[in-house]
Amino acid sequence: MSGQGILIEGLSKRYGEGDTAVLALKNVNMRVAPGEVVGLIGPSGSGKSTLLKCLGAVIDPTAGRMMLGDEVIYDDGWKVRDLRALRRDKIGFVFQAPYLIPFLDVTDNVALLPMLAGVSNDQARARALALLAALDVQHRAQAMPSQLSGGEQQRVAIARGLVNRPPVILADEPTAPLDSQRALAVIRILNDMARRYQTAIIVVTHDEKIIPTFKRIYHIRDGVTHEEAGEGRGFD
Amino acid sequence: MISLAGRDILHSWGKFVFTGIGLGLLIGVTLTMAGVYRGMVADGKALLDNSGADLWVVQQETLGPYAESSSVYDDLWRGIRTMPGVAAAANVTYLTMQIRHGRRDVRAMVVGIMAGNPGDPGWPPHLVAGRQITRGHYEAVADIASGFRLGDELKIRRDRYKVVGLTRRMVSSNGDPMVFIPLKDAQAAQFLKDNDAIWMQRRRTEANPAFNRPTVPGLLEAVLASQTVNNQVNAILVRLAPGYTPEEVAAPIRRWKRLTVYDRSQMEEILIGKLIATAAKQIGMFLVILAVVSAAIVAFIIYTLTMDKIREIAVLKLIGTRNRTIARMILLQALALGAIGFVVGKIAATFAAPHFPKYVLLMPADSLAGFFAVMLICVLASLVAIRLALKVDPAEAIGG
Repeated sequence: MSGQGILIEGLSKRYGEGDTAVLALKNVNMRVAPGEVVGLIGPSGSGKSTLLKCLGAVIDPTAGRMMLGDEVIYDDGWKVRDLRALRRDKIGFVFQAPYLIPFLDVTDNVALLPMLAGVSNDQARARALALLAALDVQHRAQAMPSQLSGGEQQRVAIARGLVNRPPVILADEPTAPLDSQRALAVIRILNDMARRYQTAIIVVTHDEKIIPTFKRIYHIRDGVTHEEAGEGRGFD
Repeated sequence: MISLAGRDILHSWGKFVFTGIGLGLLIGVTLTMAGVYRGMVADGKALLDNSGADLWVVQQETLGPYAESSSVYDDLWRGIRTMPGVAAAANVTYLTMQIRHGRRDVRAMVVGIMAGNPGDPGWPPHLVAGRQITRGHYEAVADIASGFRLGDELKIRRDRYKVVGLTRRMVSSNGDPMVFIPLKDAQAAQFLKDNDAIWMQRRRTEANPAFNRPTVPGLLEAVLASQTVNNQVNAILVRLAPGYTPEEVAAPIRRWKRLTVYDRSQMEEILIGKLIATAAKQIGMFLVILAVVSAAIVAFIIYTLTMDKIREIAVLKLIGTRNRTIARMILLQALALGAIGFVVGKIAATFAAPHFPKYVLLMPADSLAGFFAVMLICVLASLVAIRLALKVDPAEAIGG
């Protein structure tokens, strides 16, 4: 990953038209450097999910500009023809619930993404196993998702988000179902992975336990963001 | 690329196998129904094959002797036998009735055959046990499906017959087993009245002044005598001499004997196109209903399985899975369900067919057509689920 990780300038999103229009994002500006983990915090209805969906290229912003690395992906319109490929190759997702595919074992859950990108099965599995080892769940490589603990499932989900080496990972409340010890472990893993793979990671969270771990935090309220320095405890 | 459909099936194999078995039993019924129709056609053709005839000479303007009743004089065969192109001609009677066998009834087609030699028109072409009829009265050759055995005694009307030979696949177009008896006995069984009826008829004739004229001695006796004579048969079976076409022989019989003549293709048309046409339509309707029910079951199961995976499908789409990969997964699952169902159905139909009272003919071509029909139904049934999956918004995977 070269350049500036992820850069958002003047991003807006409006739902509806005329009198019923709702401006969910208002001139949002955001920057996350490669290898950095930032928090995105805000109450329900503040526009967190809308911002995440815009970043994840699943909904169209109304206006603004977005860059991934040196590539402009949105500038008052998508500059990338294949958004599906963009999501597959450039953006990793980690969800509140792991949402692992229940009929694939752990290895194939992780290896599926590179396989979808055309990597051979053997290479994809090797890449998956290496990541599982890095996340310390290689011993569950052959297990089915239903056989894993909540923490193990979330680590596998992180591995899936990282497996295609995306420049950006969007984590939507990844610690919500976990106790504080496991939640902090997940954040530690995200920080390690961000540093190791020079990935820009945005973590959307309500979780008071993990907020002090971010060095930078974006607060969002009524579609407007403002940046502040975090405490950045524990992961230097 | 791994097979998502295969993995999902392996993961929830119990659901697939048990649904497949249920669907398979339905497909088994469908294949059996098709087999019943094929059996009816095969019975009809067997009836024509086994008669040993090339032409059927019947009463004018009738579709006899199988589809309608037909009655012709039993001495006409002699004149037909001498016509050009006729190698053999023989009288025959057909009568479907209940035959007493001990304490039970057997529904059978009683065939009256003329005295002659094995191989003559009307005679059973081959036996599986015993011998052909050699006496003029009270011997019978029965199809093995009737349940009779060699030496059994059966009762037709007032007379008892001894089974001296057994045949196989000698059946009527309805699938009733045939019982061959001498022609004279068959005529008596078909046309002779019982004693009470004869007495009643005599009293009526005597009371009729047209027949009982004191001025014409012997008239009443002559009329009464004519009423007790049975000189009717249902048809005359004709075998062609080599080198003659059916029409070459049939045309003079129609013209000079004033009778209706059918060749093999016409008789097949009567049997298959007319006699079993209603039954065939009935079976066709059943097949349509069963196909619709099968499609509904597959559609419902695949739809339910897809609904159970909506969140996973949203995740798959979000992480970049192509729509066609997801559609392929659902389609392959539907096809796998159909394949399991077809295998179960084919096995079920194969084992069940011999236990049906009528002949069930399971033809490989029908099975092949059935397989492709099942696959087509599965494809169509999966379209609803595929449409649902393709409409899933990848944004659903992201909360909020």
